[in-house]
Amino acid sequence: MSGLDLDFDLGITPTAAVRMRKRHAAERRFRTYGRAAVMFAIAALVWLLVAIIVTGASAFTQHWVTIDLTVEAKSQSVPNDRLRLAKGLALAFDVPSDDETRAELLDIVSASAATAQLNARNGDDEITLTIPASNIIDQYLKGHIDTDLPADQRKISDRQIQWVERLQAEGRIKRRFNSALFANPDSRDPERAGLASAIIGSALIVLIASALALPVGVGAAIYLDSFAPRTGWGGRLTRVLEVNINNLAAVPSIVFGLLGLAVFINFFGLQRSIPLVGGLVLALRMFPTIVIASRSALLAVPDSLTDSALSLGASRMQAVFNHRVPLAAPGILTGSIIGMAQALGATAPLLMIGMVAFVTSMPASPMDPATALPVQIYLWSGSADAAWAERTSAAIISLLVILMLINGLAIFLRERLQRRRKL
Amino acid sequence: MTDPVPIYMLVIVGAIMVGAYRLIYGRAARLVTPDMSGSSTFHAQPRHHARLAAALTGLTGALIYIAGMSLRGPAPGLAADALWLAILLIVCCGPIALAIRNVRPNFAARSHIERMAETGLMLLAFVALLTTVGIVASLLFEATLFFRDVSVFEFLFGTHWSPQTPIRAGGAGQSGVFGAVPVFAGTFLITLIAMAVAGPVGLMVAIYLSEYASPQTRAIAKPAIEVLAGIPTVVYGFFALISVGPAIQEFADVFGANVAVQSALAAGLVMGVMIIPLISSLSDDVIRAVPQKLRDGSAALGATQSETLIRVVFRSALPGIIGAFLLAISRAVGETMIVVMAAGWAANLTANPFDAVTTVTVQIVALLTGDQVFDSPRTLAAFALGLVLFIITLLLNFAALAVVNRYRRGFE
Repeated sequence: MSGLDLDFDLGITPTAAVRMRKRHAAERRFRTYGRAAVMFAIAALVWLLVAIIVTGASAFTQHWVTIDLTVEAKSQSVPNDRLRLAKGLALAFDVPSDDETRAELLDIVSASAATAQLNARNGDDEITLTIPASNIIDQYLKGHIDTDLPADQRKISDRQIQWVERLQAEGRIKRRFNSALFANPDSRDPERAGLASAIIGSALIVLIASALALPVGVGAAIYLDSFAPRTGWGGRLTRVLEVNINNLAAVPSIVFGLLGLAVFINFFGLQRSIPLVGGLVLALRMFPTIVIASRSALLAVPDSLTDSALSLGASRMQAVFNHRVPLAAPGILTGSIIGMAQALGATAPLLMIGMVAFVTSMPASPMDPATALPVQIYLWSGSADAAWAERTSAAIISLLVILMLINGLAIFLRERLQRRRKL
Repeated sequence: MTDPVPIYMLVIVGAIMVGAYRLIYGRAARLVTPDMSGSSTFHAQPRHHARLAAALTGLTGALIYIAGMSLRGPAPGLAADALWLAILLIVCCGPIALAIRNVRPNFAARSHIERMAETGLMLLAFVALLTTVGIVASLLFEATLFFRDVSVFEFLFGTHWSPQTPIRAGGAGQSGVFGAVPVFAGTFLITLIAMAVAGPVGLMVAIYLSEYASPQTRAIAKPAIEVLAGIPTVVYGFFALISVGPAIQEFADVFGANVAVQSALAAGLVMGVMIIPLISSLSDDVIRAVPQKLRDGSAALGATQSETLIRVVFRSALPGIIGAFLLAISRAVGETMIVVMAAGWAANLTANPFDAVTTVTVQIVALLTGDQVFDSPRTLAAFALGLVLFIITLLLNFAALAVVNRYRRGFE
């Protein structure tokens, strides 16, 4: 008897004990899979955010160069500001002014910004220019260019590095907040490109979309919740409407873009790439989301409230609008704000209606060509240059911050309104 | 906009409505004199009369506004606009006069305005139906035009997709070749990869968070995972382009394989991550809806927790989980930005996940961005693809709804 273990004493055979251990091991494994799945999802989120922030953080600053130039007046031999600038730079760095050197010199500052300043002073002059460094110099100073590569494989030449080091030694290069990123419209030069027109375009689109989709969506939800017939032919029609709205919510957003292209642009002849059409398309996209969110908010209000209002002689309309809708308002509001956030991130439908145009002016009205923030991200992501990659990431950070604020507002309003209702 | 007149006209219509409201309200308030018991002899209150008047004038004004906008040319001149304004003002006197006459005790203004409001709400609900009809009609119309040039058979079963119009006019295949099989195959491959990631991960997340995790863990992990659902897809696309694609490239490089940054795998993996919260939150709902007594019964028979979950809870929640998977597939098929940025534009017929493939949505974007003539087969092909996309997602949604509804009925 002494050779037997405890399990046997308890009536468990050795084979059963082995089986039990296996089952418990399976249980532990299963739990580990679960934990691993949660870890995977959270790790993916963290990787995404870190990747975007690491690439994008440096775009919020920009190097500026202050440089003293002696420039010639415009003449037959020096016909334009670019040449004036190049000659002035050659003098400043004490290098011969041949074609190759001039090209390299023009590549160290934002030539378009510099010529704009030179254009205003059209004489023989001593000028102190404070201008953004070119994207090559900016990227070099931010450490994004591998200087170990041979000179012909990198964007910055050895001479340019020498010039920059000289400027740095003289304390003439400063790193500043990149206000151009938020103040300027799009541009071909990364150092002058900004998100302002895209942000205005997005704001116009979301405003138009919400102004249309909110009243219509909430109205439709109220009708389906409180007034739609439930029996007979009318009831059948109601069910068709409900199934239809659920399906519409799951239709890919690009299909809404095709609808917009065929109906608003091709049939009604509206202009392409204007916020009005973008707003109309996204209103249709938002509509089912708002109806579904509002319906579930209305459904959560107890029927007893409407019933007691009716029993006191209120009409159906009065019972619904004075008692049912106010109680559902926090939920309707939250759903609507989340719908707005989705519209702000929508890209594919806007591509369909031509909002990918290169827009260098600020849209002044919903009828001016514009682009939207997510579309701007898509456009910038197309170029492989490090200067564009960091700006794309910075645009994404801006978009995510705006979305976070909107969602935070939704949560805040819901909590606040709900607390007030409870009193 | 250069022409401000339509906006002024709208403002005038609004002003007429406000005027009608105040006029009728004042009139009714003067006539309604409460009797001794405090209730009036009027059937309706002043505000009901006023609302009815404002609604009627508003409707009339809107009709004249729409009529004016459609009759009016691009630059009609001052005289035409003055005529428009005059007609608006004169015709709007009609409903106002009617409303003034109706301010009397036995007029049921409230019933009238409420019936109007209800009709209005009903019309709003029909916007949904109108949208669907609009989608179906526009897709069908343009696709029919496309199928006049290219046969349905060639489109659905052809294996060569190259829609670029050749430079040499009159050559063979002048309008491009539209055999969409490579496009469908690419969509299928990427959806498969995405579901291979999102299916198991999403399901295990749902099971772990609803059955194992402590309330504190759940309170942190669930919102964190749902953040994934709030990130715009263009952000995922960029992430695939700058992080996941290069990572796969380096990984393949270790084994000596040469892989481009854009690949089916990169797009599929990132799309899978995007879909995780969709599957996890829908599955979470159905798992929590499984009655506790089923779990208790299984535990009483000696099953471990995972055995209960796999053999009892999972099985009873299966229809709901299938529904969630179908919705996720429909989402993956229709997803655009991730594949546009990370999967590639060239139509390769391949099953190798390291190759660049193209999808239905990528081709729609490729065909419709840039300069376009509306009636060329190139742009019309986009609508044919859109029609296919719409039909596939519609079928998936119907199937998902049907499965979920049947499952709900099973528990009630």
